Amino acid sequence: LKESKRAVNSLRDIVDDDDDDDLERVSWSGEPVGSISWSIKETASSSTSSLEGRDSSLQKGSSSYAAFPKQVSSYSLSSLFKGELCLFFSVFSDTGVKNYAPELRRPKTEYKDYSSDWSPKDTVRRMQRGKVCSLERFRSLQDKLVLLDEAVAGHDGNVITAVLIFLKRTLRREILFRELEVRQVALCHLIHFLKETGEQKLLLDLLRFLDRTEEVALSQYREHLNIQDVEKRREFLKVCIGLPFSAEDTSHIQDHYTLLERQIIIEANDRHLETAGQSEIFRKYPRKASILNMPLVTTLFYSCFYHYTEAEGTFSSPTNLKKTFKIPDKQYVLTALAARAKLRAWDDVDALFTTKNWLGYTKKKAPIGFHRVVEILQRNNAPVQVLQEYVRLVEDVETRLNLATKYKCHDVVIETYRDLKDRIQLTAYKCKVERGSAEEEKINSILNNMVRN
Amino acid sequence: EHEVEKMFTLKPGRLPQADVKNIIFFVRPKLELMDIITDNVLREDRGRSPQRDFHILFVPRRSLLCEQWLKEQGVLGSFIHREQYSLDLIPFDGDLLSMESESAFKECYLESDQTSLYHAAKGLMTLQALYGTIPQIFGKGECARHVANMMIRMKREFPGSQNSIFPVFDTLLLLDRNVDLLTPLATQLTYEGLIDEIYGIQNTYVKLPPEKFAPKKQGEGGKDLPTEPKKLQLNSAEELYAEIRDKNFNAVGSVLSKKAKIISAAFEERHHAKTVGEIKQFVSQLPHMQAARSSLANHTSIAELIKDITTSEDFFDNLTVEQEFMSGIDTDKVNNYIEDCIAQKHPLIKILRLVCLQSVCNSGLKQKVLDHYKREILQTYGYEHILTLNNLEKAGLLKPQTSGRNNYPTIRKTLRLWMDDVNEQNPNDISYVYSGYAPLSVRLAQLLARPGWRSIEEVLKMLPGPHFEERQQLPTGLQKKRQHGENRVTLVFFLGGVTYAEIAALRFLSQMEDGGTEYVIATTKLINGTSWIKSLMEKLEPAPF
Repeated sequence: LKESKRAVNSLRDIVDDDDDDDLERVSWSGEPVGSISWSIKETASSSTSSLEGRDSSLQKGSSSYAAFPKQVSSYSLSSLFKGELCLFFSVFSDTGVKNYAPELRRPKTEYKDYSSDWSPKDTVRRMQRGKVCSLERFRSLQDKLVLLDEAVAGHDGNVITAVLIFLKRTLRREILFRELEVRQVALCHLIHFLKETGEQKLLLDLLRFLDRTEEVALSQYREHLNIQDVEKRREFLKVCIGLPFSAEDTSHIQDHYTLLERQIIIEANDRHLETAGQSEIFRKYPRKASILNMPLVTTLFYSCFYHYTEAEGTFSSPTNLKKTFKIPDKQYVLTALAARAKLRAWDDVDALFTTKNWLGYTKKKAPIGFHRVVEILQRNNAPVQVLQEYVRLVEDVETRLNLATKYKCHDVVIETYRDLKDRIQLTAYKCKVERGSAEEEKINSILNNMVRN
Repeated sequence: EHEVEKMFTLKPGRLPQADVKNIIFFVRPKLELMDIITDNVLREDRGRSPQRDFHILFVPRRSLLCEQWLKEQGVLGSFIHREQYSLDLIPFDGDLLSMESESAFKECYLESDQTSLYHAAKGLMTLQALYGTIPQIFGKGECARHVANMMIRMKREFPGSQNSIFPVFDTLLLLDRNVDLLTPLATQLTYEGLIDEIYGIQNTYVKLPPEKFAPKKQGEGGKDLPTEPKKLQLNSAEELYAEIRDKNFNAVGSVLSKKAKIISAAFEERHHAKTVGEIKQFVSQLPHMQAARSSLANHTSIAELIKDITTSEDFFDNLTVEQEFMSGIDTDKVNNYIEDCIAQKHPLIKILRLVCLQSVCNSGLKQKVLDHYKREILQTYGYEHILTLNNLEKAGLLKPQTSGRNNYPTIRKTLRLWMDDVNEQNPNDISYVYSGYAPLSVRLAQLLARPGWRSIEEVLKMLPGPHFEERQQLPTGLQKKRQHGENRVTLVFFLGGVTYAEIAALRFLSQMEDGGTEYVIATTKLINGTSWIKSLMEKLEPAPF
């Protein structure tokens, strides 16, 4: 029996390996089996109308149309697929030429090899050529591993994936994991496969086994994006905090959770205020979007816009946000400034930069350059008097002059030129101010004083 | 010719009306595309007659994963033919080939998935079948090593592939993208590079805002302003484009003005044509002159559009910071400009390019600096970006400094990556493409040709991955004897992506007198900093299906 089986296989070897011969099956009428014309002939006659309706120019070009306008197509899908177009590729391509007889296709079982004598190496070779191979007969662990190693050595991603799918199905998880731990390429392949197909649970188990704890954490955290319901998302994030992130990342996840928690409270509260219609700020500036899932800085801006005066105790107050999330001064001031400027609350802007020292004297300072303050105020169309205050505070003289001139803060220009004792520029600036205005008078008096000294 | 009735772009929903028997899906093996195809197939009216047959052609290879997916959706059986079309390398120009595999970098460097390297090797085998076996292979990087190994193995397994074609290529240079992570991050300053940076060139086409391209009709003014973006094809078939594409943008203006004078003069000739013969000759030249004029008009408009951007304050500030980093200034502290941009919520990719550039130029950031940037980014753009930051760290783009020492200054000095005296108009060195910075990858190619990599052994060791040389046997009759003055031809294959600026730099080397080498460029994908970083960002919206 063994001998005859061997004979059958060796014959099959010869017969089956039609990879290199372009065997084309042809029907009795001469058309290549599986070609468009053949299928059309076999199935319906309505195709004749479409062919007849063809452009005469087409008919000129192709002799076959002239002779047989309805029947013969000089092209067949199968010949295209076989690679008449790519002669060179066929030499190197791994997929062999399959037979093209869709209606006459032999049952799938006939494609499978019957013998149990294909070695793992040969099996892999055949799979690389696109043949369907049953892997079921590789029963022992040893065989399976050899098969996997051969697949990896062949570099063909499809084959590696096919073998991994088979192993995933037929091996106990612990064994599969253990074996993959020492086979990097196959391991990476499986991880990629699990990610693509969304087999989250198995992926996490695998990563945990490999002690790739941070990846487990990140992979799990990624899932939160698929949760649309805010409450459920909040709960999910709470669980994520305990995951094995790095210390830095843990604090970020913690912040994410805390932020969402706050946002849910603020959102519920503000929606209530809005519908009640009693709050002026919400009436004047109706909200365009919900605060849920917005970044921290956006939330701070929102808070500075709608809840600026609230005491630190409430969740929606800016100072509470600043404290809870340790927002640096720079970021806080910039955000508060942008919000208050948008509301044209110039007094609030003033208060942001005013500090009282222990003697009760006030002075202005900012953790950001005053030129930035001016920029933001100008973008919000602050009146010149307000703008002027801050232009005056810009430290760098050249920048100060540029801004003052650009935004027509005449007093500042005049004062700066005076301090620089620049008579020429001062005189030149006279033409930029209105005739008879207070500014013109100011310039004149300064010029006169200069002469005296 | 091939009886193709219509061609449609793949989209979900019902397939459009077409009186055909066969429908062929021509797709890359991506799962998202399988979902669209499933939708198309399921919505097909099975009652209609004649019934349409479905087939699927995967480019460049069939994917078991995709077929499995289709099987699970219950539509696999609907396909009569399931085949592959081995289109590995696509010619983009006379000296440029690309696989256009967007995920190659991410797969190779983040996921250790070498499928795209396999395709690269296949593509190279095809190339050798057409142009002859390449006798010398040099490489630097892990992926380069894999590709070379695969090529050698493939050659062994197909002994019949030994052909009798005279080799066109003398050398193949395989380079991993991660050997030079710096170059794609910097803003390109060549004409073509800037078009790509600002508008994005897709498959040699660019879509531009239409206002500047509206034909000025007499007396109509702005009545009929076009709303569709203007689509232009950009390749070397266009004479003017071939001339200006690789120049530094600052040198483009003078070329355009010279061209304008020539074309005007040519049109003036019509006044001088007196005899029938002269008029006939003028008329025969007319189409060429009209094409030249239209080409000039297009590129003048494009140059204007670009100039608006390059003269802006923000572009200047950004470029200044980039150049500071590349010349090694202040790469170890938090940068004010970057902080300001975050505070003003500039586009996240712009921020990421800058912080990654700083990290690469510092061989990794000090933990404090890195934490500071990360915190600001997460607080401003959202905590979910932790996932992207993690990817960037894995790719080596934004990471903590591990060894405590910064190798970049040594690399920069030895390879002369920063050149202070750049001549943008008449360059004498490849550093003109970034107005001062010479792309590291191209320098490696340049030094390989002359004087050879042995002179930079120490620096090569500082760059990731092995470097190697392989020789492939040529049958004795085919050994190339180079004539005096004949250039060597080197194929440079960038594994992970290449920028237009690098291509320009290699073309510059090709046309250098006494350069000795001409370059042909191949890559897995044509990229710029933005598209590259984007490919590494986590998809944050949940999948539509």
